[in-house]
Amino acid sequence: MLRIEGLTKKFGELVAVDNLSFEVPTGQMLGIIGRSGAGKSTLLRMINRLADPTSGRVLCDDAFEREVDVSALKGRQLTFWRRKCAMVFQQFNLVARLDVLTNVLMGRLSYQPTYRSLLKMFTPQERALAVMTLDRVEMVPFILQRADTLSGGQQQRVAIARALVQEPRILLADEPIASLDPRSAARVMDILRSINREDGITVICNLHTIDTARTYCDRLLGMRTGRIVFDGLPAALDRDRIQEIYGREGDEEVDETVTSTALPGSRIARAGTR
Amino acid sequence: MQAEASSAQVKRFEEEFARLRKQQRLQLIGFAIVFLVVFKFAADISNFTPQRLAAGLPRIGEYLSFTLPEIRLTSLFGDVAYWYYGFFRWLGLLFDTILIALMATIFGAIGGFILCFAASRNLAPHFWVYFVFRRLAEIARTVPEIVYALIFVVSFGIGPFAGFLALSVHATGALGKLFAEANENLDERQLEGVRATGGNWFEVIRFAVLPQVLPNFITYTLWRLELSIRSAAIVGFVGAGGIGQELYHAISFNYYEDVSAIVLMIILTITMIDLICEKIRHRIIGKESLH
Repeated sequence: MLRIEGLTKKFGELVAVDNLSFEVPTGQMLGIIGRSGAGKSTLLRMINRLADPTSGRVLCDDAFEREVDVSALKGRQLTFWRRKCAMVFQQFNLVARLDVLTNVLMGRLSYQPTYRSLLKMFTPQERALAVMTLDRVEMVPFILQRADTLSGGQQQRVAIARALVQEPRILLADEPIASLDPRSAARVMDILRSINREDGITVICNLHTIDTARTYCDRLLGMRTGRIVFDGLPAALDRDRIQEIYGREGDEEVDETVTSTALPGSRIARAGTR
Repeated sequence: MQAEASSAQVKRFEEEFARLRKQQRLQLIGFAIVFLVVFKFAADISNFTPQRLAAGLPRIGEYLSFTLPEIRLTSLFGDVAYWYYGFFRWLGLLFDTILIALMATIFGAIGGFILCFAASRNLAPHFWVYFVFRRLAEIARTVPEIVYALIFVVSFGIGPFAGFLALSVHATGALGKLFAEANENLDERQLEGVRATGGNWFEVIRFAVLPQVLPNFITYTLWRLELSIRSAAIVGFVGAGGIGQELYHAISFNYYEDVSAIVLMIILTITMIDLICEKIRHRIIGKESLH
């Protein structure tokens, strides 16, 4: 269980995230939708602690079912939290000049003493884990290729493998498919869902297309100007609710069929819940 | 209606544009005035007059012509051999000079490497750490090499060791600052990627910063080597070893022909090393632009 309590982030005068409170049960696939600038990224970054909240708390159960205040962690405890709460990004954030294998092994850094990391020493078991994980995202053929030689979809799959070898309990995905073509995007979303279903990892995913969010997520949060304006099942998201999330101003209608994953005739399009 | 609105916008843009242009012109005039004032002061202090310049110029040629050896076509080899009577000794001293520069650059690169991460605004763990390390690099870099050389000659004695130390300290500061600036221009997203996996500060530096900046570090170091060779020839003037010590000796004792012989050797050596370094640097840069 992940619990967000009164979480707020201000950038000067601007309130990016405004007093948010919600809970995410373990094993849920949660989608967060909203316009750009609604505070979705800032929220995820505060959960992973790449950004510190102005006020409020992020609470999570530890291995002994005790609730830990994530927002107060420091030093080693903080790196342990980041390893438990993996993150993938819109721009993949791989190290461009390193090969795929080394990029994936980054996910093991916090499992070993720093001197071993600095000497680029990883155990055969860790390399095996990396290869098996890469196999799962079908990236083994590229294992010794430099990350910047890969396509966007391939880079994102490597980034997911990097997140998986962290053996996380939560996976945060910040607009994981916003820079991808529909085919790659569908592939990435399929992988995220299989991670959620098969490994029981909680997935929290920022998305900006309603169609994709509906197809893949158990539950949706709609955010607008830093606040939650919708929290419920994808089925409960009707036209009025969508207008509320994406705004009424202007006369452009929000076209909810705009999609970033559904290909005509693809498995995903047929599996859609509509 | 539409046309009216847009013509009003064009007018507003024109006004804004005219205002900006005027501001730029005023700035230019301001700079010109500042330059003239500074030039006047400088000329007064150095007693500069066109007449002095005209009177002094021929004397440069006079001195240079003194240093030229007498070489006749009929006894070419003999004359050159006489001119370069100290060739092998000077070659040895040049070798010393190159060695001083090379070792100083290597140690400077190591020192700069140690300084640079804490001296980068985006990597330093705290503002004060950044502030202290930046200032350290600046102090090491701002004091001229020749001043360091003087200090070290007094404390460690005459010879190459003092020159090596002087150049090392200076290269540490200069490379520390250049490296830090390379660090400040890197792609933050790659850092975030490693940080988000739970990597600590050292691991982020090792795996996200180094792969990005290492090619820059190498080209800066090679460029620094070119500068260090020049400086190594100069610090010899205060007794810090190498060919400079010999050149100073020749100048002060008016061994005119020795001066031209040594200067020619220095020029050739520096040119050669510049060319080699440039080749290597371009090869590294070329590789970078391939992918």
